[in-house]
Amino acid sequence: MTTPTKTLEALATRDYKWGFVSDIEADTLPPGLNEDVIRLISAKKAEPEFMLDWRLRAYRHWSKLERQAGEPKWANVTYPPIDYQKIVYYSAPKRQGEGPASLDEIDPKLLETFEKLGIPLGEQKRLAGVAVDAVFDSVSVATTFKEKLAELGIIFCSFSEAVQNHPDLVQKYLGSVVPYTDNFYAALNSAVFSDGSFCYIPRGVRCPMELSTYFRINAAGSGQFERTLIVAEEGSYVSYLEGCTAPMRDENQLHAAVVELVAQEGAQIKYSTVQNWYAGDAEGRGGIFNFVTKRGKCAGRGARISWTQVETGSAITWKYPSVILQADDSIGEFYSVALTANRQQADTGTKMLHIGKNTRSTIISKGISAGRGNNTYRGLVRILPRAANARNYTQCDSLLLGDRCGAHTFPYIEVGNASSIAEHEASTSKISDEQLFYCKQRGLSGDNAVSMIINGFCKEVFKNLPMEFAVEATKLLGVSLEGSIG
Amino acid sequence: MLSIRDLSVGVEGKTIVRHLNLEVRAGEVHAVMGPNGSGKSTLAQALAGHPAYAVTGGEVTYLGRDLLAMSPEDRARAGLFLAFQYPIEIPGVSNAAFLKAAINEQRAARGLDELDAMDVLERLEQKLQLVEMDKSFLSRPVNEGFSGGEKKRNEILQMAVLEPTLAILDETDSGLDIDALKIVAQGVNRLRRPDNAIILVTHYQRILQYVEPDHVHVLFDGRIVKSAGKELALELERRGYDWIRDEVGAVA
Amino acid sequence: MTSIGAGTDRYLAEFESLERGADRAPAWLAALRREAMARFAERGFPTTRDEDWRYTNLGPLAATPFRAAGAVASLNLSSETVDRAAIGPSAWPRLVFVDGRYAPEHSSRQRLPGGACLSSLAEAMTTDPELVQRHLARHAHWDADVFAALSTAFVQDGAFLHIPAETAITAPIELLLLTTVPGALAQPRILVVAGPHSRFTVVERYVGLTDDTCFVNAVTEMVVGPGASVDHYVLQEQGASTFHMATIHAALERDSAFSTCEATFGARLARTTLTVRFGGEGGRGSLAGLYVTSGRQHVDHHVTVDHAVPRCSSRQLYKGVLDGSARAVFNGRVIVRPDAQKTDASQTNKHLLLSDGVEVDSKPQLEIFADDVKCTHGAAEGQLAPEAIFYLRSRGLDDTAARRLLTLGFVREVVDRITVEPIRSYLDRTLEARLGTERGSKEMP
Repeated sequence: MTTPTKTLEALATRDYKWGFVSDIEADTLPPGLNEDVIRLISAKKAEPEFMLDWRLRAYRHWSKLERQAGEPKWANVTYPPIDYQKIVYYSAPKRQGEGPASLDEIDPKLLETFEKLGIPLGEQKRLAGVAVDAVFDSVSVATTFKEKLAELGIIFCSFSEAVQNHPDLVQKYLGSVVPYTDNFYAALNSAVFSDGSFCYIPRGVRCPMELSTYFRINAAGSGQFERTLIVAEEGSYVSYLEGCTAPMRDENQLHAAVVELVAQEGAQIKYSTVQNWYAGDAEGRGGIFNFVTKRGKCAGRGARISWTQVETGSAITWKYPSVILQADDSIGEFYSVALTANRQQADTGTKMLHIGKNTRSTIISKGISAGRGNNTYRGLVRILPRAANARNYTQCDSLLLGDRCGAHTFPYIEVGNASSIAEHEASTSKISDEQLFYCKQRGLSGDNAVSMIINGFCKEVFKNLPMEFAVEATKLLGVSLEGSIG
Repeated sequence: MLSIRDLSVGVEGKTIVRHLNLEVRAGEVHAVMGPNGSGKSTLAQALAGHPAYAVTGGEVTYLGRDLLAMSPEDRARAGLFLAFQYPIEIPGVSNAAFLKAAINEQRAARGLDELDAMDVLERLEQKLQLVEMDKSFLSRPVNEGFSGGEKKRNEILQMAVLEPTLAILDETDSGLDIDALKIVAQGVNRLRRPDNAIILVTHYQRILQYVEPDHVHVLFDGRIVKSAGKELALELERRGYDWIRDEVGAVA
Repeated sequence: MTSIGAGTDRYLAEFESLERGADRAPAWLAALRREAMARFAERGFPTTRDEDWRYTNLGPLAATPFRAAGAVASLNLSSETVDRAAIGPSAWPRLVFVDGRYAPEHSSRQRLPGGACLSSLAEAMTTDPELVQRHLARHAHWDADVFAALSTAFVQDGAFLHIPAETAITAPIELLLLTTVPGALAQPRILVVAGPHSRFTVVERYVGLTDDTCFVNAVTEMVVGPGASVDHYVLQEQGASTFHMATIHAALERDSAFSTCEATFGARLARTTLTVRFGGEGGRGSLAGLYVTSGRQHVDHHVTVDHAVPRCSSRQLYKGVLDGSARAVFNGRVIVRPDAQKTDASQTNKHLLLSDGVEVDSKPQLEIFADDVKCTHGAAEGQLAPEAIFYLRSRGLDDTAARRLLTLGFVREVVDRITVEPIRSYLDRTLEARLGTERGSKEMP
């Protein structure tokens, strides 16, 4: 076996140190899905009528899809059928008292859990410069720096709170980018989503700190269906981070989230994800099915939305963070690193829909396949006839480590006018023996040489991550940070 | 310091270096010269432990250790440095990051503390002057997009930073214009110390005008067929390699 | 399966009459035809919901009734007409087909060296039954591709070329396929077998002599034996209302070299489904194509290069120039199977968009299952660089001349690969004529 293979096997079988289970008393619905379950979820959250109506419409649409074609089958992934009646759709840590919990009221075990995950929520310890919304199974347990942000008019809270306190904003934007009819999982999420984060940046405000949501699945047999909605008003700016982990379990768990971003004129949203759900073991037992719909809309002129993702976890990843470039002069970006090791499968990429004139998009995708992992880039660049002078540049590179993995590239390029330019480049390669020998001749161990080369391969993506996340991402790839900077 | 006895090396089943012997002592500069295909680069690569070069016979002792039993990285950590004839590109990895990793791995192997980024940077900047490169050189990816001359200077920079005990320069002079050659030669001279040694593998005599060797060896058909002082290099420059071929032919 | 059910009935009826007819097909062929017909009937014409037909709507084709070539009387062609349509001089060995039927009176096949066989497929079934049975319909994927199935169901006539081992033929062999009768369905079938270390060039030349609606469904199977070297050209100038469906499958054996170059100018809908499969180590494949389209033409290329074994290399270069409301589809797929180490594959696909009514849909795909490989692909859709136009104008060319020169330059890369003189000069002439007039929208930025 060659050194890169060995190293990557080691990386692939790396300990999943987030795999612990917290023993927390939970309020859990029995498994199964029907209209009553949806009514119950809505009731538990004391939602206004419009929310319940919307959920029920989504549920009926989903039921129809399930009866007809079932879940989408076009992706380059294989997994056993999911029994949607065996999933728990609501599980929340039991509240100590009534009303939104203050920090003192939160179960100390919960605080401990997040602390163990490196997300301290307590006043003294919380991360400087990052406001965190911590989501545990179906609900948000705490949001830090809320008051400080409120001074600027920024709303950053759990989705449930937003429904209570800002129903008009929720009603206006919910489903405006990802309608519940969008796809099977979006419909399911719309019906049953229990919490998530909401974020509103008023006109002209530059959000002074990173906003972040940390998602944690804990309960067994439960799915996680959260929803994130970010609205950036004219001329505002926000950088948003998302992280996720789950315990190691032998059965698969479903995570079907929806993220909607709306950027108005001149606004900029940077959305970064380090996805580290439990990936299953070396034989492919267990792990999260990560079926996520993420989409942003550049609704105002010159708006800009950037997705940066580092996907290292999950048994199966199915996600295509996309940008609708509706307004003229808007910009969409997608930077992605996806690592599949062991028997992980990823079918991920993006859609850039050019509608406005002079719209621009950039796609940089780096896929790393190791072990028996299978990595697919699937992307759509669609330039409509009216999107004059649109530009797209796409680069997708694959690195193969070992001879039992696969790397696939399925781009769709659709150009509908003659003043636009779309360029696509792709390559597939492996780490060369010459590169390894050169590094070793300078005294590097084989492992470090491979790490360094992988890190170099991913650099164009990592440089788009906020510093805190760059650290996390490089660690996840088994790479020392020193290699990525300097 | 280095003792090569009866060394034979093959590539893809073909023997290139045959029964070669060479002694290098601390403080010495050896020039190994020879025509194309004589086995110069094979010798250099084999000493560094390139896996494609199979040692089929003989032994090599380096600082009292069995060099051939050591992995390439252990050889490097023991102070053996190879300046590559064709330096390798490593996309996305900056020179600084690369050298920091190399320095610290070598330090760790010698039981020294890790240097932090600031210390490393300071050290690198000092050495940059040696090869007349500016700071931006450090943030560029290793050898990617470098001109031929820049790649060679980068090898010398790495050598200066890693302070090897035994440096093997594999045709570092070839393809350089006169200014670059002087810079490289000057770099080599500054690194010359009583406690280290240098093997210059070269086709031409021109670098030897600037780096004065203690010994000159002529490699021919995988063997050292002639060894002498620096005057041999001049003779080779004047007369080419053909007379050696005739001489060797006459002996054989 | 998503299909247009209607439309297949006519073919079924036609098939039944073929079965009843006087056609004395050997038992193996009769069985093969029935199987293929069943497959075609089962699948029907694909719709745009079928991933392989996502961008090409077959509705109009399925809705049009065509008459099988056998049922229509073809035009009586003069030898001048035939010579004008041909690419090569009369010195080239030539088989002529009119609406899919072999026309011996226009063919000349006498000049081949010993052992080589150039004949109609019908004839070859008697003279070379073993070779025909071994290869016919064994390569093109008629089980998966409806047009290959339709062709296989109706296999009757076509061209057969067998060049035995160690035989080199200098003069290209031209297959001239003429479409003459409005409403005709022609299904030429071509089988080429290259013996070990043979070397030759074969040209498929399609010319439409009618602007009425026709349907040509051509299937070419090529077996390139060990060490053989085959150059293949397809030069298509069908009439403006013709549906031209071409399925080409090349099976490459050890150390063989295969090049194919396609130039598409005609037809309202032209689809090429090209598959090159490496079945032995050391194979080399070169695939090139250029298409120049205008009006409402629709050109679709589906190219699959299947690296099933190690140490093969493939190069793809496809370039299209689109004007008017033309539409181009390019679907290039490179598969590197698990054991195909040391594969070296590249794919380039570029389109030049000259008018705002055009549309391009490109799907360059890589499917890689081996790690020690070098695979790249690139696609670019765009227009002439304004700086380049300006540069030429600053040297005294007017805007139209500048655009024309640059457009010719764009396709040059493909033409330059062609070494056979009459083909090269044919392309030069045709491109000059096609791109020479006032084309391209002038209000370009």
